[in-house]
Amino acid sequence: MAGKKYNTPLIDDLEKGPWPSFVTEMKKAAKNNEMANDALGHLEKCYTTRKGYWKHGGIVGVLGYGGGVIGRYSEIGDEFPGVAHFHTVRINQPSGFFYTSKALKEICDIWDKYGSGLTNVHGSTGDLVLLGTKTEALEPIFAEYSSRGWDLGGSGSALRTPSCCVGPGRCEWTNYDTLDLTYNLTQEFQDELHRPTFSYKFKIKASGCACDCVAAIARADLSIIGTWKGPIKIDQKEVQNYAKTMDINAEVVGMCPTQCMSYDGKELQINNAECNRCMHCITRMTKALSPSGERGATLCMGSKAPIVVGSLLSWVIVPFIKLEAPYTELKDLIRKIWDWWDENGKPRERIGEVIEIKGMRSFLEAIGVAPQPQQIKEPRKDPFMFYTDADMVKFKAKEAEEKKTGKYNF
Amino acid sequence: MALPQRKTDVGPPHYKQFLPPIVQKNYGKWKYHEVINPTTMVHVAESGDKLWTVRVASPRILATDTIREQCDIAEKYCDGYLRYTTRNNVEFLVSDEKKLEPLKKELTAKGFKMGGIGYGITNVVHTQGWVHCHGACTDASGLVKAMMDELYEYFDSKRLPNKVRLAVACCVNMCGAVHCSDIAVVAVHTKVPEINHETFKNMCELPTVIGSCPTRAISPDPAKKSIKINEQKCMYCGNCFTVCPPISIKNPEYDGVAIVVGGKINSLRSNPKFSKLVIPYISNEPPRWPKAVAAIKHIVEVYAKNAKKNERVGEWIERIGWEKFFKLTGIEFTFQSIDDFTFMRDTMRTASTFKW
Repeated sequence: MAGKKYNTPLIDDLEKGPWPSFVTEMKKAAKNNEMANDALGHLEKCYTTRKGYWKHGGIVGVLGYGGGVIGRYSEIGDEFPGVAHFHTVRINQPSGFFYTSKALKEICDIWDKYGSGLTNVHGSTGDLVLLGTKTEALEPIFAEYSSRGWDLGGSGSALRTPSCCVGPGRCEWTNYDTLDLTYNLTQEFQDELHRPTFSYKFKIKASGCACDCVAAIARADLSIIGTWKGPIKIDQKEVQNYAKTMDINAEVVGMCPTQCMSYDGKELQINNAECNRCMHCITRMTKALSPSGERGATLCMGSKAPIVVGSLLSWVIVPFIKLEAPYTELKDLIRKIWDWWDENGKPRERIGEVIEIKGMRSFLEAIGVAPQPQQIKEPRKDPFMFYTDADMVKFKAKEAEEKKTGKYNF
Repeated sequence: MALPQRKTDVGPPHYKQFLPPIVQKNYGKWKYHEVINPTTMVHVAESGDKLWTVRVASPRILATDTIREQCDIAEKYCDGYLRYTTRNNVEFLVSDEKKLEPLKKELTAKGFKMGGIGYGITNVVHTQGWVHCHGACTDASGLVKAMMDELYEYFDSKRLPNKVRLAVACCVNMCGAVHCSDIAVVAVHTKVPEINHETFKNMCELPTVIGSCPTRAISPDPAKKSIKINEQKCMYCGNCFTVCPPISIKNPEYDGVAIVVGGKINSLRSNPKFSKLVIPYISNEPPRWPKAVAAIKHIVEVYAKNAKKNERVGEWIERIGWEKFFKLTGIEFTFQSIDDFTFMRDTMRTASTFKW
């Protein structure tokens, strides 16, 4: 079936060496697939000229959706007809990236029938990415997958496919059910995911603890980071076992950022009131230490990559929220967040940027979250601030009250 | 053959049907885990059940036949269950220790590469590059392959003071957490884009293009019904090109890569941090980008030699000071490492307490 055999000396070099080779993968697909074969020739040309040849995405998709397919056309489609159209289809992955072989093989069989046979398992956001198909194949692809219970992921100015860490599936550190929350939110917000109506993209990522295995703090507009409120439980017997192979003072106590621990060679002690729950000690001594008490998450917002006005890490917005199905409090909050963004954002402004422009106060007031010291690293250092009339009424009323009681209330 | 009836808004399938029975049984009741070696770890549940994980490298671009091979192995050893990680590795989970060695033997025989667990280097988060992106100023997959071939020992055997998370972004859009990685490559343009004024008026929306520029370098050019770009202000981010195809920024001779270091995303010990620019420019040298790869390996080696146990690259550098980092690595300090975009106020030194 394969058509033209391309001479590909430059990318052939990337088949050598110990790390698995994407070129080998492309060649594997190219054996039975014209599109993958032309993708090889196309890539060799990029390597030769040191330049890409893909055009901007066109508007392609499936009926009733505004996203899930990324249009991709080559500038040199005449030379490589197999990649003249080479659209990407995003399939919404299951929470935690768990699969059965049966499901995956079915995904592969459909893809071989309609596309290049090339995939990304997975894309950066989390979708299972099917790489390269033609416009006329999109509706059949959607019918095949959706009838079997698979749906498309998000793209464009919409809710992007939420993703999460492995959580309770295989981790002792998670503080809430990341898999369930991600599934639940994805189902709740199907309309926002498939039909772009936002100013720009909106990403939700759920990590079960401060290890943040999905990098939520760095790349999600809403970063949900698991945490807890109780003391760290200590199993002193296991501490002694660790002491046999580990210098506990150097590797754990000495690296505690709040210096709330001590170890005298017999017993490990933690001053929990001073602990900031960074997870270092727990990750180093997981058999001996574990969180306890109330579990939930810190909600942080606004992170993004550098485009347009520089990278942001997410800011703490809600220091603690309980996360139990059906997650009503969180869902209500998300809707309020989107309403405010809708009112205030211009096209291609991520929510973090809009918060910077409009001010954190405007945002917090709109979503009904009180100012709290946990939200900041330090208070403002300049004296340029707003006083609303309501603020002044409140300050004056407080002072009047103080005069009455004779007791200051700072 | 007639197509099946399409359905909309069904969302992803429920994850529970994909969880191995041992995971369903011990869901949320894991007690601890141990890293046995770079290829294997074991999770122990409160019930006493044990679950071994074998992690396998992936080039992220997978042919369907490779996925099928992974599935066949999962059927043979893992009751047909498997999972992938956020860094695109594939994981085989076994609840019967007796299956562990045969599984590994077969993975080796089939040419799969095991590793990536614990204090070393695991798979590189990266973007599409020339393989599939319109805005790429380098190829991400090729760079990753070249880097990991050179750093392979840190994947499957050799250990480091802590994890070193690597990433590659093929443009400053950074579709991945490149901006918070221990060491990352970000591809850059270095020349002001050219404008095709003829097609501009038909293809682009003036306010959108002007608004796309973070440095306000774009202004209207009414005579041409197009725009002009102020060369003194343009930082070649390519955002205008993204919203307007007639603006061309690709430049094979001058596009290249920059190296950033010291980022992290977890909160262990110290807060999450951005990666910072240390090498502003290396030419694109496909297929193996030898200078970029050598630079990364060099930084890894200097870190390995100098950091304390458990220190990430960024924590080590903050302890010794950036001036010391440049000294230890011998990397030339350039103007590009001084922020003149949005972070100058935060990044200039305001004390005389530095090291010589």
